[in-house]
Amino acid sequence: MKGKHLLGLLVILGALGYMVFGGLGRNLVYFLTPSEYLQDQARYQNRPVRLGGLVKPGTVQYDKDRLELRFVLTDGVAEVPVLHKGTPPGMFKEGQGVVVEGRFQGGVFQGTNLLVKHSETYQPPREGWTPEEVRKLIEEAK
Amino acid sequence: MQKTASLSRPDGLTWAFLALGVLLLPLGLYLALAAPPDANQGYLVRIMYLHVPTAWVGYLAFFVTFLYSLLYLFRQDPRHDRIAAASAEIGLVFMGLALVTGMLWARPTWGVYWTWEPRLTTTAILFAVYVGYFLLRGAIEDPELRRKAAAAVGVLGFLNVPISYMSVKWWRSLHQTQSIDLTTGKIHMAPEMLQVLLFHLAVFTLLYLGFVRFRGLVAALEEAKEEA
Repeated sequence: MKGKHLLGLLVILGALGYMVFGGLGRNLVYFLTPSEYLQDQARYQNRPVRLGGLVKPGTVQYDKDRLELRFVLTDGVAEVPVLHKGTPPGMFKEGQGVVVEGRFQGGVFQGTNLLVKHSETYQPPREGWTPEEVRKLIEEAK
Repeated sequence: MQKTASLSRPDGLTWAFLALGVLLLPLGLYLALAAPPDANQGYLVRIMYLHVPTAWVGYLAFFVTFLYSLLYLFRQDPRHDRIAAASAEIGLVFMGLALVTGMLWARPTWGVYWTWEPRLTTTAILFAVYVGYFLLRGAIEDPELRRKAAAAVGVLGFLNVPISYMSVKWWRSLHQTQSIDLTTGKIHMAPEMLQVLLFHLAVFTLLYLGFVRFRGLVAALEEAKEEA
């Protein structure tokens, strides 16, 4: 009876260990970085992918009339131009971490869903800010 | 006679936990609403004061279920099984609240209510396992077999808790890593926000302790009635 229990426990721990540190870990990748994508393009051809990276400062263009958001997504090594149809989420800004769902078409990544990744740091606005500045900040964050 | 009289009412400690929790909860809500806005998220950050404590109570409750399931497997005492089930029930409710508050927080910050990223996926699995725990309890007629099977799920299901907690570090994720990191001890939160969060964690823990003792008593009364 004890031996049977021990064997069962070992099998479960082994399966969990494989899940966490083995094969499943590699397949559980939630998003690719631009350089990973560009290295292995054939594998992801015509498949929807999620690309994750930072919004390169100075590259954001938003066409309000056509609801077209263009920016460059970078992981510090490779850069990918992104075209996203729709309004940017509230917390979208230059230098922000984002995840874009979509697929490549003609060298441009066509985003269908734009997710903003925020940091684990929580800080109130710095001291010395005027109430107007704080209000502006809060309105922008909405 | 005396024993049934003492069994039919919650003891002083249970009342104390419940009363303190219920009395301090409005104070916690006031503190949360008075807390400063976040530099990036503005007032949205206040969802954290509900989201983090509900998730914490979920984890804590499943841990208690794990402990009492183990105790039951060793001692075969129905009392341990009752506490394990009571705690799993409360854990399921609070984990559900954590999922709901998380979704309400995700929509304005990330841009979507739900996405199948590692933290969300492992938490959904965790929730489903404890739904299964109660399906299993409802499906087995023989009390002894029911307790044993439930204890097995209570022990194995808990393995998902550390996986869920560590998922933001082990895998690439959309969810931010822990702001109060128990593995490194680092805290990425301004003191005035941290104090409010710690207050909420304490209040929710008190409520959990009160709930689990109360639910355990109700379960004991139910069992006594069935046997009579």
